[in-house]
Amino acid sequence: MFEQILFAIMALVIVVTSIGVVAVRNPVRSALNLVANFFALAVLYVLLYAQFVAAVQIIVYAGAIMVLFLFTIMLLNLGSPSELAERSDIKRPITWGLALLFVIVLAGGVFIRLGEAKPAGDDIGTVQMVGKHLFTDWVYPFELTSVLLLIAIVGAIVMAKRRL
Amino acid sequence: MGAVPISWYLMLSAFMFAMGVTGVVIKRNPIVIFMCIELMLNAANLAFLAFARMQEPLSTQVAGHVFVILVMAVAAAEVAIGLGIIVAIYRLRDTINVDEMNLLKF
Repeated sequence: MFEQILFAIMALVIVVTSIGVVAVRNPVRSALNLVANFFALAVLYVLLYAQFVAAVQIIVYAGAIMVLFLFTIMLLNLGSPSELAERSDIKRPITWGLALLFVIVLAGGVFIRLGEAKPAGDDIGTVQMVGKHLFTDWVYPFELTSVLLLIAIVGAIVMAKRRL
Repeated sequence: MGAVPISWYLMLSAFMFAMGVTGVVIKRNPIVIFMCIELMLNAANLAFLAFARMQEPLSTQVAGHVFVILVMAVAAAEVAIGLGIIVAIYRLRDTINVDEMNLLKF
């Protein structure tokens, strides 16, 4: 019962802030909505027995990635809403309508009985378990990720150079 | 445990994904478009973790967590490169309105 109440509160926060990211005109407010969204999502990750992933979500997403977003907004002076004023054309209502339709169609999924969640051991999402599997079963994807991050670093430096 | 049905998590994930798609289509500010892409990636992460709860041998549940961590690494790389591209375009053209970026369009 407690879990369902917590889920309902966090789901409400996520729904409101997801709409807020899209509907708000000021990009700084979009970013703050996204931060609130990530925090509520981290709570849901804890409910799903993913403690380590929840911590990583807060540190990496709410911390590093959102700071990068806000830094770029500051750097390009995009905080003023008059910049990039959104024109209202036929595309906007059509897209909102299609999104609503998508949600309504998928709402039918609530009535489908999926398999039950399996009873979890307490140690499923801990650092020990995730680390053990990350460095044994999934070591090649992990190493490929490090190569990807290296390429991203080189690419970011090349992009940031004044003269290419 | 007072279980929350897995389908509720999937519904929430689908809603977040729909909002992300909507934002990518209607927004003109590329930074907000990037935020909406993050929204979609997080929707996928939530679906990964929700489905991981349904795996039977408990050790395979960790596979979902590992996937989420890999997705986060890809998202971090994507944001670093993407924001670098935005800054470079702003320096070159003095605007970042995506409707004026039609260099590759015939």
